[in-house]
Amino acid sequence: MTRPRIFVPRDAAALALGADDVERAIVAALRRRQIDAEIVRTGSRGLFWLEPMIEVAVGGERIAYGPVAADEVEALFDAGFLDGKPHARRRGQPDDIPFLKRQQRFTFVRCGIVDRLSLTDYRAHGGYKGLERAIGMAPAAIVEEVTRSGLRGRGGAGFPTGIKWRTTAQATAPQKYIVCNADEGDSGTFADRMIMEGDPFVLIEGMTVAGIAVGATKGYVYIRSEYPHAIETFGRALAVARAEHYLGPKLAGSAYEFDIEIRVGAGAYVCGEETALLDSLEGKRGMVRAKPPLPAHHGLFGQPTVVNNVISLASVPFILAEGAKAYADVGMGRSRGTIPVQLAGNIKYGGLFEAGFGVTLGALVDDIGGGTASGRPVRAVQVGGPLGAYFPRALFDTPFDYEAFAARDGLIGHGGIVVFDDTVDMAQQARFAMEFCAIESCGKCTPCRIGSTRGVEVVDRIVRNENRAANLALLKELCTTMKLGSLCALGGFAPYPVMSAVTHFPEDFGAQPGLAAAE
Amino acid sequence: MVRYETWNDKRGAEIIARHAQHAGAALPILHALQETFGYVHADAVKMVAAALNLSRAEVHGIVTFYHDFRSTPPGEHVLKLCRAEACQSMGADALAAHAREKLRVDWHETTTDKRLTLEPVFCLGLCACAPAAMLDSQVFGRLDAKRLETLIDRARQP
Repeated sequence: MTRPRIFVPRDAAALALGADDVERAIVAALRRRQIDAEIVRTGSRGLFWLEPMIEVAVGGERIAYGPVAADEVEALFDAGFLDGKPHARRRGQPDDIPFLKRQQRFTFVRCGIVDRLSLTDYRAHGGYKGLERAIGMAPAAIVEEVTRSGLRGRGGAGFPTGIKWRTTAQATAPQKYIVCNADEGDSGTFADRMIMEGDPFVLIEGMTVAGIAVGATKGYVYIRSEYPHAIETFGRALAVARAEHYLGPKLAGSAYEFDIEIRVGAGAYVCGEETALLDSLEGKRGMVRAKPPLPAHHGLFGQPTVVNNVISLASVPFILAEGAKAYADVGMGRSRGTIPVQLAGNIKYGGLFEAGFGVTLGALVDDIGGGTASGRPVRAVQVGGPLGAYFPRALFDTPFDYEAFAARDGLIGHGGIVVFDDTVDMAQQARFAMEFCAIESCGKCTPCRIGSTRGVEVVDRIVRNENRAANLALLKELCTTMKLGSLCALGGFAPYPVMSAVTHFPEDFGAQPGLAAAE
Repeated sequence: MVRYETWNDKRGAEIIARHAQHAGAALPILHALQETFGYVHADAVKMVAAALNLSRAEVHGIVTFYHDFRSTPPGEHVLKLCRAEACQSMGADALAAHAREKLRVDWHETTTDKRLTLEPVFCLGLCACAPAAMLDSQVFGRLDAKRLETLIDRARQP
């Protein structure tokens, strides 16, 4: 008889729902039954309503059970779950679960499946094929491949990754850097965290390819301090990669050298902005820099630097392994490839949904997400984090695409969707957007630093019905000033949630229903 | 169990020396100091400035810029409640009000028994299992008032 294999996620969200307790219960049950089994700690598949979701290998397949509580483990063993036998928690083969079946996973293809710290597992599932190919290519050809894939920055700005790389590659300097932005601060997003905890080698591989392509030998990953589990897992993965010569001099048997260091953020949202992040990495206050000069010319410690989001870099191994065309064939318009959408907040089936660009917001929220967790009607969704617009149901036909969202005064940002039911007070959400901007502003430019505080006061006056019409006009003017006059996206985009709330939900700002158009 | 060491400058100097060679060493040093002592002591600001050839004002500026760094000792445990939008959509505001009332503290304050400090956090990346919290470095999702009370009670037990 083969030794049973049990897969237990170690993703932070699975841990937050008791995955470690479940693992302990499994270990105890195995000991009591004197069964010798292997427990593999994986990342999460991203089906969070089923977490902790454990899996067993049966024949050549995997059978999932979830959500499993620690006190249900005994009953699972009694029911014969090691042989994939029926139980109320049995979900069948994970790939057959509709939420997973409808996805197209390029970047998250291994997440939740492999032992997150095993390079053997990583390679057995297609890992390091991209690097192998990159090593045999001229660096300029690697940049060209990434450019042709159409990959755009997944952090939110959507700037073509290949162009960033080319600019850095063409710069001449004694030292160049690859900086990975893992300061995933947007509420409703967790894709970066899942990759670092569930498939860290794909990020290491992507950064290594970037290093070879632009001639950088040193990489930094700036991980937010709110992610202790990602920091730990990624740190251990770096040690494994180094020990097996996938980092360091003559990596993977090539003439190239590249190594990566982790730096931990300190709770400042603005450090997700690339120039503030660079200042923070240099050991300073995370103040936004004026551009130009671009980081590609004058970045970390004044040297040419590629700053890319985790998901952008983690998409690179697929592009190199399968070719730019395989990636670019998916998507819509100028948004090529896949986007890991994160369904969050008050949603029935919350989790990670990777698919080609073009799925409508309504399909994501209603069909795939199943509506609200509370069972009440969906009233608003915020797409793209705290600086993203609130969309009403009337805009649910918007396809997930950079340009389509921009055309409707919104943004897809890092791909997070936060769902609210009909108990939400949109004036409070608008107030919060301004309050958050005030708390997190780096203080360098006036529209953001002072505008956000004045914004909170104006919203308060509107809600108290003081000179409503005049204050609404003032709020709009303030938002325009912040949008046009701020140095970075924090002050520049905070008007999106505020103005979308005012525009789409005027009744929450004291307007009488039906009269909004007359204002 | 006391989680943090009491500030002493000899130990502080060791920690600073260990990290001072890093490029851009300020954040790694401040994190290491806070991990050991629970906060960044005023004397440490002077010492970090000397080690990194910065002015005291610059180091003070760094310490106060980042929400993570404290200038006063926290309680034995730190409870961070997420206040961001995904958690708001699942009742985080009410949960936070409940916690503040039960603990009789406001944000960034410590209970009178010195066991627990309450801090806000803007996103733990647990947005599909909101509302979320972190007690020291342990994470919790789908919290409700009852589960939060259990957490608090456990943390406050001597």
